[in-house]
Order: sequence, then structure tokens, then C-alpha cells
Amino acid sequence: MSPSDSEIVVEDPGEPAEDSPALATNRSVERVAYVALVALALLLGYDNWKSGMGWASDGPQRGYLPFYLSLILGGAALWGLAGTFVARRPAAARSLDRTFITRAQLRRVLQVFLPTLLFVAATQWLGIYVASLLLVALFMRFIGRIAWWKCLVTSLVFAGVMFVVFDVAFDVIMPKGPIEALLGV
Amino acid sequence: MEALNLLMQGFSVLMTWKIMALMLVGLLLGVFVGVLPGLGGPNGVAILLPLTFTMDPTSAIVMLSCIYWGALFGGAITSILFNIPGEAWSVATTFDGYPMAQQGKAAEALTAAFTSSFIGSLVAVVLITFLAPMISSFALKFGPPEFFAVYLLTFCSFVGLGREDKHKTLISMALGLLLAAVGMDTVSGSLRMTFGTEVLMRGVNFLVAVIGLFGISEILLTMEERLALRGHSARIGLSTVLKVWRDLPKYWATLLRSSVIGCWLGITPGGAIAASFMGYNMAKRFSKDPSSFGKGRIEGVFAPETAAHASGTSALLPMLALGIPGSGTAAILLGGLMVWGLNPGPLLFVEHKDFVWGLIASMYLGNVVGLVIVLTTVPLFASILRVPFAAVAPMILVSCAIGAYAIQNAMFDVWLMLGFGVVGYVFKKIGIPLAPFTLALVLGNRSEDAFRLSMIGAGGDMRVFWSNGLVGTLTTLALVLLFWPLIGRLASAVRGPQKPLRA
Repeated sequence: MSPSDSEIVVEDPGEPAEDSPALATNRSVERVAYVALVALALLLGYDNWKSGMGWASDGPQRGYLPFYLSLILGGAALWGLAGTFVARRPAAARSLDRTFITRAQLRRVLQVFLPTLLFVAATQWLGIYVASLLLVALFMRFIGRIAWWKCLVTSLVFAGVMFVVFDVAFDVIMPKGPIEALLGV
Repeated sequence: MEALNLLMQGFSVLMTWKIMALMLVGLLLGVFVGVLPGLGGPNGVAILLPLTFTMDPTSAIVMLSCIYWGALFGGAITSILFNIPGEAWSVATTFDGYPMAQQGKAAEALTAAFTSSFIGSLVAVVLITFLAPMISSFALKFGPPEFFAVYLLTFCSFVGLGREDKHKTLISMALGLLLAAVGMDTVSGSLRMTFGTEVLMRGVNFLVAVIGLFGISEILLTMEERLALRGHSARIGLSTVLKVWRDLPKYWATLLRSSVIGCWLGITPGGAIAASFMGYNMAKRFSKDPSSFGKGRIEGVFAPETAAHASGTSALLPMLALGIPGSGTAAILLGGLMVWGLNPGPLLFVEHKDFVWGLIASMYLGNVVGLVIVLTTVPLFASILRVPFAAVAPMILVSCAIGAYAIQNAMFDVWLMLGFGVVGYVFKKIGIPLAPFTLALVLGNRSEDAFRLSMIGAGGDMRVFWSNGLVGTLTTLALVLLFWPLIGRLASAVRGPQKPLRA
């Protein structure tokens, strides 16, 4: 069926397959998250206990509230952790057994997360404008499989507009690299 | 009427070319982020906040709040034309909006959605105009104990009344409060939880966290989904608009009911999402023909949209009057106030009259102009969805990075933003709510200050929180709300087993 004029159709060439195998359930991810939260609560609790969690003559010491907040955080996380072993209500058990992510989904998430990581690293050496030009162009080309010339034009226009909006119009100074230095801006 | 005079003054503040232009830009940007997948009200406001850093506060808040109105309008476009709710609060709009579009009545559905958003916001703005000054002048008498009691009430009502698992809400809130305490302790001036690092001395910036939690994580979540979409395009003619508006008086009861629900849930931290569903369900229940809902009934568009926008707008009331945001987006605007050097709270109405009344006046004007813009530009915005996500995603990521960097000119913040992005992604997937975290992070320092100042004032005596009628009532109410689920269970145990109420 060909789309008529009154319809808008967008295809997604790299869409994740429906039948991709599950990599993790909510149960296992929740366990990892709760353990991490308990560890964080212990770390912060210890730090605040060291800096004084008592009650001075004029009220609480600086570590008082954060110490008890760490206790609440740790307690709530332990409660959650226990709940992943003994699910009381059927609804809770169902949600724990739901798939957290499938292999195809993880692939897609990494496809956007890893380039972002590289982009942030590149920003430190190349400045934000050159790095964003690279991110937009390469992402469109390799993830979106869009024609080269469209990628180049889009990324150049985007980086240019960003530069004009932030550095020129609104005076928000961004990190710059060797290429901006070469251009003398 | 003093409020009316002040409002007129507010309008006169707005009547400059610069502010009008910013308003227009804000509305267009707002509709744009509302329509884009993976971006919405809070994300859009958070990402675009850095644009306003160098502006004067009035221009800045006008532009930001217009982005917010625009995003609220924009969410309806994708719900109706594509059956994709741009926001959680537009989910209820798809129930009847999309069937209408399938029946070729997309223009009617869109007009209905925009008009009812407008009405909902208008009711809420009128409420703000008259109620906010009263509440703030009342709150001027508040001392630290009263303020702490109000903060406590806010936190407790989130835990007690939220629909998520209690331990998840608690985790989210405790984490937010803890991160707010990292860095310089404002009372004693010494450092906390910095672990000897220099980067943590400045603390965890609220806006950096928000950009990561809402912006980056939303992109990750969106990538997981199927991005292919199929929908209808629409053009709204003047005759359609007039036809819908002529029928409007018939639905006065629905509009009024939804406005009241929305305002109530917006001021209390119930939120726009709950409001839209409640508005929809109430309209269905009161209807003479409930079975026709879900099949393309125009009332099914009016009800949730009115409630969602009344709620989204009235969430600004406690923020303006007390410095306590009623929603995630309001929390971000509150973060903006602090960046612009304003001190949120009841004194705002006294010390920054121009700012407050300029903002309130811009709510009226922004909604009128917004309505005209969305009615005339729907085809343009619907076609934005033709732009492949592979082109949109990197641009959003870059905007997030620019935003995070610009707040304190620190590269560390960009890394922190990425970290929050991953945390937000995992939290959303395992059902740990982000709203309590946001609220706790933005209110953390102020509530701790209030607590410690009241303790210093009272010589460390906890009874100060019951020292007079007002503060005692607030504190007791907070505790009652905190243990509300337990109290409810006890009460039903005492009354004995009952037949479950039919919803």
C-alpha cells in the first residue's frame, strides 16, 4: 500500500528485531542497582559519620542529616533487594520477570551511547564545535545511513548555527580546540 | 483590585519588541521540542536553559515559560496524528484523538486539543493571579520552622501519595537530598562528601543532573524503540476552528471539571499525568454514553487536555508563592531562578514585582499567541517528524552537552551529565521515579538550612515543629501523609473486610 498525500510515513531501517533474545530481566538489573545503592549509602554514611553526625549544643552537626539520609537510602535499597528474592504480590513478580533489555535493543543503545562517549572525550581535544560536527556527520552517515552530502551539509549548518547562537549572540563561551585557533575565533 | 493593577503593570513590562520576539522564539522552540520524539517539556526547558544565562531574569523566564507552553501544545500533535504520546500526560489524548484522525477528523481533534489546553491553562493562570499573591503574603510571616514544615509536607506527600513502590520513591528522594548536600555546607562552611576531590567541592549541579536524567536518558530510551511511524498529516482550516468553537459551550461541564481536577493535582504534587487520566475517566463516567469513548469522541480529547494543561500551569503556583515546585518542569524553572540570581520564595512578590507579574502576564499572552501559532502551523510541525531520528539524536546530544558545560564552564559537568544519563535510563526502566529526585535535589539545601536554622533558634529542641498552630498542623499533616498507606490499611482492617469499590 502506497502512502497517500494525507499520510506521513517514516521508516526505521535499523529497528531492533522483535524476537531478539533477552539479555537481562528487571530482577537481575534491580539487584545490581540495589547493591550499588547500598554500597553508595555505606560510603556516604561512613563519610558523614566521620565528619560528625551527632547533635551539638546548637543543633545537628554537619553530617547529621546526610548520615540519616544514607541510612534511609541504604534501608530502602535493602528492602528493594529483599523484594527481588521474595516477591509478595503477583504484579510485583510480573514486573520483576519482565525483560530489561534484548540483545538488539542493547546494540541500538550502545550505537548512540558509545558515540556520545567519544564525542565528550573529543570535545576536550577538539573543542565542542568540531566534535559536534564530527558527531552529527558520522552518526547520520553510519547509524542513519543517510547520503554523505546531506550529512556534511547538516553537520556544518548545525555546528555553525550553534556557534553563532552561543558564542556570538548569547555570549556563552564554549570549549574550543586547535581548529578554532587556526581560524582565529 | 490590586492584583489586576499589578497584572496590567506586568503586561506593560512585556510590551517591548525584544520580549515579544523572545516569546515567539520560545513558543516555536517549545512546539518543536514537544513534537520531537525523545524530547518534551522538562527536557526542552533544561536543554534550552543555558540560552538564557546572560539575559535579564524577566526576558529569561518569559522565554523559558513560553518553551514550556509550546511543549505542552506540541505534545498533542504527535498524540493525535501519530498515536505517539510525546509526553506521558498526552497518553490519554491518544485514546480518542487518534481514532478521530483515522476517521479523517484530525483537524477537529487538533483544534479541540489546542483549545482545551488553552482553556485549562487560562483557568490555572487566573487562579495563580489571584491566589499566589495571597499565599505569598501569608507565607511572609513564615520562619524557618514553618518553611521546614512545608518542605517536609512536600517530600512526605510524594512518598505517601505517589503511585510507585514506596521504597523506590524513598530511594529517589534520599539520593536527591544526599547529592544536594555534596560540597560546601552552607551553615558551617565546611566540606561534606567530597572525598578530597576538587571537582565535587562545587557540589552536584541541579541542572547538570536534570539534563542528564531527562535529556540523555530519553535519547537512550527512544533508540530502544521502533522508530518507524505512520500517521496522518493535517491542515486546520478556519471553518473547522469555528465549528469546534461553536460547539464548545456544550461541553462546559467537562471543561470545568477537568480544569478543577487539573488545578488541584497541579498544586499538590499529583502531576499532569494523573490529572489527564483522571480528567478522561471522570468525563467518561459522567457521560450519558460511556461506551462511545475511545472511538473518536471529541469530549475524550477535551477532558484530558484541559486537565493536563491546568495541572502543568498551576504547578507554577507553589513555585512562585512559596518556592516549592509542583512538577519536574517547575523545579527546573526554579533552578533557573537561582541561576539568574533570584531567591525563590514569598519575598519574590515583594522584591521582584516586575519579574513576577511579567511572568504571570506572559502566561496569558503566551497562551493566546501559542494557540494562534499551533493552529496555523500544524502541517509544518507534523512534517518535522519526517526528519530521521539519526539526524535529530546527535543534535540533541550536542545541545545537552553545551547546556551542561555552559552552567559552570566545567568539562567535569559534561561527564557528570553522561553519568546521570545512564542512571536515569536504568531508573526509568526499573521504575524508580525521577520526579522526587529532581525535587529533592533542588530543595535539598534550602530544606536543610531551614531545619538547622530552626534547630539553632530553638536550641536543638524538636518541639519547635509543634510550637504553634500553623507549624504543628503542617508537621502533623506531613507525617499523616507519609504514613497514609499504612493508615489506610489499618483503617480498612478495623472496619473489617469489605467489597472492593468498583472503579
